[in-house]
Amino acid sequence: MIRFDNVSKFYPKQNRPALRDVSLEVERGEFVFLVGSSGSGKSTFLRLILREERASHGQVHVLGKDLARLSNWKVPHMRRQIGTVFQDFRLLPNKTVGENVAFALEVIGRSRGDIRKSVPQVLDLVGLAGKEDRMPGELSGGEQQRVAIARAFVNKPKLLIADEPTGNLDPQTSVGIMKLLDRINRTGATVVMATHDQQIVDQMRKRVIELEKGRLVRDQSRGVYGYQH
Amino acid sequence: MRAQFVLSEIGVGLRRNLTMTFAVIVSVALSLALLGGALLAREQVNSMKGYWYDKVQVSIYLCNENDAETGSNCTKGAVSAQQKRQIKADLEKLGIVEKVYHETAEEAYKHYQEQFKDSPLADSLTPDQMQESYRVKLKDPTKFEVISTAFSGREGVYEVQDQRNLLENLFRMLNGMNWAALGLMGLMLVVALLLIVNTVRVAAFSRRRETGIMRLVGASSFYIQMPFIAEAAFAGLLGAVGATVLLVVGRYFLIDAGLSLAEQMPLINFIGWDALFKVLPLVFVVGVLMPALAAFFTLRKYLKV
Repeated sequence: MIRFDNVSKFYPKQNRPALRDVSLEVERGEFVFLVGSSGSGKSTFLRLILREERASHGQVHVLGKDLARLSNWKVPHMRRQIGTVFQDFRLLPNKTVGENVAFALEVIGRSRGDIRKSVPQVLDLVGLAGKEDRMPGELSGGEQQRVAIARAFVNKPKLLIADEPTGNLDPQTSVGIMKLLDRINRTGATVVMATHDQQIVDQMRKRVIELEKGRLVRDQSRGVYGYQH
Repeated sequence: MRAQFVLSEIGVGLRRNLTMTFAVIVSVALSLALLGGALLAREQVNSMKGYWYDKVQVSIYLCNENDAETGSNCTKGAVSAQQKRQIKADLEKLGIVEKVYHETAEEAYKHYQEQFKDSPLADSLTPDQMQESYRVKLKDPTKFEVISTAFSGREGVYEVQDQRNLLENLFRMLNGMNWAALGLMGLMLVVALLLIVNTVRVAAFSRRRETGIMRLVGASSFYIQMPFIAEAAFAGLLGAVGATVLLVVGRYFLIDAGLSLAEQMPLINFIGWDALFKVLPLVFVVGVLMPALAAFFTLRKYLKV
């Protein structure tokens, strides 16, 4: 699903690389936590997967494609198979919940009938059935994140990238979101989640990848957040 | 479904940025009106050239008795009958000459009197001061030089005058004005382009949330950029409509009413509405394509994939 071969990423005007010689593989259907302090390279790692950045050295394969060789105009098609969820939800405030989810399908040219069928289904899946006509501002943070997850998953992507999805939520709401991501993972989607939330990582006991100053320092199946220092 | 979605997005985008859109429409309208105006002026000059060149002649003025001091070839006084016959025969031998008229001094005096009927100048000359002349009509009015070199130095010829020279000055002035209009158009076009670039930039910035999400869910860059390009093209279309109104009103008030040049200068055949309608397609094509292309290239910079 995802393979990094000796990947390094240098940003211009920065001495230290954001990623240094990272090699790893994520298999289909895995659930992976990506941990590490701020500036450890987590965001760069995710941006490389989404091809918002290109690797300086090494190769990145996502969904069986070498991203270095993927031409620009094919990138949108690749991204349609990847769902993305962020800490700040990134919902459109002037559209209803249903419209926000439908927007993701409209802009990739899905038919109206298709959209009418898919949107209620996915809202039901994330536990927001009946809230289609609410505005994002009327919802709690946890509910807004559920809308974002619904939008990310409505196109049935094979890969879900979550960048600190629980960063703005209280612990109890976070548990709900994690249960949802776990359910999505059980439908067969691969989930890569960057997080700082120690409790969640320790509870879930999934594979943990730790970055430190751009290096891969730990890759542990059924791991915990970190060693106590 | 998609078309409706796109159209509603365009409407929202244009309204959100109303002042800037208005500025774009006005500047596009002005530059296109100048473009159309310059093209029409050129058309006018060309039609005038054709009309007048057809009428102009080369005049070979012959010496009369009073020209002995002023004309270098007139030292022997008035032109002799034999010289006249020779000139006429030589003219008719030339292949480039279409027709030769002879104008006597009396006729010249009559024409002069008619021309300056209401002016004190009418009485300032007497028939014996007028010159006899041959009026030569050429098959190709630009071949004046041939006549000039052949007859200028000849005994009994006072002066060879090409009437075209008189018109040339007028046309040169009109041409200069034409270039000035085109230059002004170029300047307005640059202003319009900069305004479009800025408008698109602001629009792209104010919608970065939408476009960011579109990117994330895998909308094609064409799909992301199209609303911006369509907005710019639509503003350009409105500008072209504005330019059309300016041109129609401008022609009407210059030629038919207001200044009513057609009435005041009956000798000039002014361009008609058909000439105006002929430049409109170009005005519309430029009006729509230029903003669309400007938007496209702006987005390449400000809307990354």
